Formats: sequence, structure tokens, C-alpha cells
Amino acid sequence: MSILVDRDTKVLCQGITGKAGRFHTRRCLEYGTRVVGGVTPGKGGTQAEGVPVFDTVEEAVQAAGADAAMIFVPPPFAAEAVLEAVDAGIRTLVVITEGIPVLDMARVMPHVRAAGARLIGPNCPGVITPDACKIGIMPGYIHRRGPIGVISRSGTLTYEAVWQLTQLGLGQSTCVGLGGDPIVGSSFTDLLELFAADPETEGVLLIGEIGGNAEEQAAEYIATRFPKPVAAFIAGRTAPPGKRMGHAGAVITGGKGTAADKIKVLNEAGVVVADSPADMGAAMRRALDAGR
Amino acid sequence: MKIHEYQAKALLARYEVEVPRGEAVETPGAAAEAFRRLNVARAVVKAQIHAGGRGKGTFAENPARRGVQSVGSPEEAEQTAAAMLGKTLVTVQTGPQGRVVRRVLVEAGCAGRRELYLGLVVDRNRGKPVLIASAEGGVEIETVAARRPEAIFHEPVDPWAGLRGFQVRKLAKKLGLDAAGEQSAAAFLPALARCFLEQDCSLLEINPTVVAEDGTLLALDAKINFDDNAAYRHPEWTELRDLNEEEPTEVRAQAAGLSYVKLDGNIGCLVNGAGLAMSTMDLIMLHGGKPANFLDVGGGADVPQVTEAFRILLSDAGVRAVLVNIFGGIMRCTTIAEALIAAYQTVGVHVPLVVRLEGTEVQAGREILAKSGLNIIAASDLTDAARKVVAACNAAVSA
Repeated sequence: MSILVDRDTKVLCQGITGKAGRFHTRRCLEYGTRVVGGVTPGKGGTQAEGVPVFDTVEEAVQAAGADAAMIFVPPPFAAEAVLEAVDAGIRTLVVITEGIPVLDMARVMPHVRAAGARLIGPNCPGVITPDACKIGIMPGYIHRRGPIGVISRSGTLTYEAVWQLTQLGLGQSTCVGLGGDPIVGSSFTDLLELFAADPETEGVLLIGEIGGNAEEQAAEYIATRFPKPVAAFIAGRTAPPGKRMGHAGAVITGGKGTAADKIKVLNEAGVVVADSPADMGAAMRRALDAGR
Repeated sequence: MKIHEYQAKALLARYEVEVPRGEAVETPGAAAEAFRRLNVARAVVKAQIHAGGRGKGTFAENPARRGVQSVGSPEEAEQTAAAMLGKTLVTVQTGPQGRVVRRVLVEAGCAGRRELYLGLVVDRNRGKPVLIASAEGGVEIETVAARRPEAIFHEPVDPWAGLRGFQVRKLAKKLGLDAAGEQSAAAFLPALARCFLEQDCSLLEINPTVVAEDGTLLALDAKINFDDNAAYRHPEWTELRDLNEEEPTEVRAQAAGLSYVKLDGNIGCLVNGAGLAMSTMDLIMLHGGKPANFLDVGGGADVPQVTEAFRILLSDAGVRAVLVNIFGGIMRCTTIAEALIAAYQTVGVHVPLVVRLEGTEVQAGREILAKSGLNIIAASDLTDAARKVVAACNAAVSA
């Protein structure tokens, strides 16, 4: 078991003929992901990386049976790409694109929710169930199948965490990058609910950062309803207030959203919080040993 | 991206939001002229900088002067403008170094019965904009939130449809507006929401909104920030941007597609990914060092970008050692290794350089670095990298 994606997931790449779309479609295929097609308007009937390209998502769903979308479409057209995938019946959307206007996401998310679809991202590394399905840009080889669920707001910091887990012999059930934007399709709590119900997942590693209160909400959920051991790391203890730290969502505003606040509530919720980013994997080990 | 008050008011006026009559000027003489043209008994001269707290802020050159002053004649307007222009205004938001005032806004003074707070931001939890309103205007909303959270009202804004009539009526009741006030709000509030949505704002704050004697609402102050992600569909923002208000190295980094924030330590950091970049700063601190900056080279950094990143890092004279921390995902380690070598040779790195590589094509990347013959200290993992760069920095400082 795993969450969101598995060996049977049939993936469609929107924006497959762009540089990043092409490169990562190849990487996903090499990893073993069932990429069944791509979409680029005007390029229908051609092939990219050995898979058929369609003009519309609807055609791709009908002809190739795609049930998940990996979106690399550039920011001006990304919101439209999301709506098109939802319209065509896709219910798992992974949006890699960085730089989508915040209000575009505000406009499309109600449609995604109304359709009962789940959107991961935008501005995220994607989702991977090791040895089964990789939808995104993460390096596949650092992962190993096992009992740990990983949820993160970051990209490369997630790779770091996964690498530490793998080296400690702690494999992963599914790893999810939520994305670094102010409005993202899924929250820590959304994913924790899925991991709670997944029998393969024995513990969860959360990787948060400054800004917003997604970690605080996760802490409340963990304290009251999440039955498995949780470890966490929060990036940005040394970040100055009022400055956007790369991610559009990583900014301390009005004294809210500091790392110290997040660490405090996570600790109070019984989460093992790593002090150092070098200690993320070990913190997970300690959380498992302590049990719950 | 931030804009000035006078620019925000001009934008709001296009949405028929009531704003005081006024002119932004750059010389004391023009301030006197502006006062004459307003043809009023009293006007207000307001320093234009991208920071709040101007009314209580004082000038470094003359602490008796404030950033917002009332004047009653062209001569007084001229003298007041002269005392502000070219001088450094220090407010709670500027930090002790303050900001040089290059423009002042000369505006018709107006009296009101009450002052309200109105603001729009993107609410992450609701996933949509929210209008925040309070009858306690004229003070910072954070202060009200801390003291009397029940005095703050929220109405979510539908990003397709804007603010609805019933939402205006709800707010008018809560804010205690009379019939005239509610009628004014019925145009004023939806106009603010329309401006926020159409102009891709990330923040729109009218504090205070004045309720005039006749009940009409007026934007006495205005603050607007834009969502940088939407810049591609707002070419007019180029005109509104004031580079004088931004840190020069941050502007330079942005032009190269890098994300850079200057800090006050002495260990420069070059990292891919914002989360890892923040963590690298945290890690340096944890090992007793002080990071000089946040620098995210992003997912697809090439040779010119990495070269520019090194130039920016090393332009900070305080930097005594540099840590490069790369976990390759989109970016291949071979790409970063080649870029590091090219940049090292072009820029002439004169401080110890610690490099930690992991991820896609890591072995080939490490080999490229090892064969380069350059003076690079290789690190095997995060802790190793932090220890080595802190040690190298301490050695450089004490040398």
C-alpha cells in the first residue's frame, strides 16, 4: 500500500514537449512510472520520449486511459491546464510549475475541490511511491520502499530528508512535496489523513518552514487524531522577519509564522522535532522507537 | 513588489475609490505650487517611502521632524518638504538605518468622524482573498489583533465574483456605519476587492479609512503590494517599481533569476532550493557560524547564473568563507560542478570554498570537481560541510 499513486497509476504529462516536461518524462519512465501520454496543444499526433502526444487532455484520457496528471505547463497557462485536467476527469493532479500567480490558484482550487480531485503543488517536487510510481522531478535513486510517509513544503530539503532516511534503512511508503506557494492544493493535514489510513505507513516525517500556519494545524490534528509516530523539521529559524525566503509562502508577517512558534506546538503535540537538518532521519528513528 | 502611497492612491482612484486630492512632488518649490493648486486652508505633506509608521517616524538629520506633517501655507509646505526631501526617515519598519525620502505627497487635509481599518490579503487557509475590517482604524492591525481580536471582522472574497452585496451589509452593521456610511461602503468595499483581484495584489491596506462628516468613506492612507508571480501580465509594474527602495544586491540577484537576501554574518551560502537554503543558514548557526546571506540558485541554474551568484556573494566584503550546498534534482550535479569551476575561474574566489554535492549524477559531479585542481574543500554530508566551513571561516577571521 501507499497513498495517492501506485504501480497502476497511469500518468499524463501536460507540457510534455517543453524542456523540463520532456526531461522529466524520460526520468519518470526510466524509474518505471507508467507514463501513457502527453498533452501539448498543437502537437497532437506526434511522439515525445516514446509516448503519444495529444492536443487535449480529454483525448489523452480517452485514448490512453490516463488517471493522473503531471503538469509542467508554464505559469501563464498552468491554471487553465489544471481546469482542463479536472474537466477531463483526472482526479490526481501534480503541479510542478513554479511562479503561478497566487490568485490563479485561488480561482481554480474551488473547481478542483468540487470535482473531488486532489491537487499536489504547485511549485513542488511531486509525489513518489518508491519502486512503483514517480510523478515529479525528485531523483529516484535516493528513495527506498518502506514504512515512512514524508510530507514537505520544500523540494531539495525533502531529498535531503529522504536520503537520510534511506541511509538509516528507513524506507518510504510515499513522499509528497506540498509546494512552496501561499495557496497550495493539499495541506499537511490532508496528507496525514491519508497516511493514517495507509497500513504500510508506520510513521510520518513532516518538513515545514516559516510562513503561514499549516504546521500549527498539523500539530493540532496530530495531537488529537493522528495515531502514528511523527518527526519534523522546520526550516528558517535564522530567517529575518518580513523577507520572502525564496518560496513565495516563506515569509514571517506581523510576527506570525516563525519557526520557533511551529517547533513549540509540534513539540507539544508529541512530535519529535529535529534541531538540525542533518538530524531529520535520526529524529524519525527516535520517534519510531518512542512509539505512540 | 511594493509601491508608494501616491501610486497606490492613483490606482485606487481608477476604481473610483475616494482618495484625497493631492500631488507627489520631488522639490520644495513644487510642494509650494502643489499647495496653491489644492486651494485649501490646510494640507498634509507625507514622505513617500516603502515603509509604514511614517507619521510617528523621525528624521535622522532632525529628530523633531516627523514623516507626516500638516501645513497651512505654500511657504510652510515648501519648508516642510525641504526638511524631508533628501533626508533619512527612520520608522519602526525601516530599521535604524532609515530610508532617504525622494518624494513627498502634498494632499488636501480632511477631517472625519471616525477612522476604520480596511485591508485585503490572501488567506492561505481559506485559499482565497479575505477582507479584514475593524472600527479601530489608524493603529496597526496587529496591535488590535493582539489586544481585541473580537474587534476584527473577516469576509472571504470570491476570486471570480468579488465582494457580494450582503457581505457589505454585514460589515456595515458590524462597523456601526449609518445609512449614508452603508451607501458609501456599498461602492467603496467592492471597489477595493475589484482592485485587489484585477491588479494581482498580495496586500491592499487602507488604514485609516476615514468616515467623513457626511458619512462617505475616504482612503486617507493606502498601501499596495503586488504578487511577483503575476508580473508577466502587468508590464505597467515596471513603471511603478522604485529601485531606490530595494537592496541593490537583491535587485541584481533577481535580474539573474536568483533569490537572495542579505544577512549580517560572514559565511556566504550558495544553495539550490529555498527550503535547503534556509536549512543551510540554520545549520551554520547551529555550528557556531553566522550566515551572510540566503541564496537560492533555483532549479535550473546554469553557468552564467552560478557565476553571477558567486559575484553577488563575494561582493559582500564581510564574507570570509563560502558554503555551496547542492542536492541535485532538476539540477544535475555535473551541471553545478562545471558551473562552479567556470565561476571560480571567472570570478576569482579568494576565500575558502566548501562544497557539498548530493543527488542526480553526483559521482560524475564530484569527479569533475576533484579533477579540476581548484582549491575546493569537499564535504561528505551536511554536518561535515557545516563544521568545515565554520572552521575555515574562523581560521580566515583570525588569520
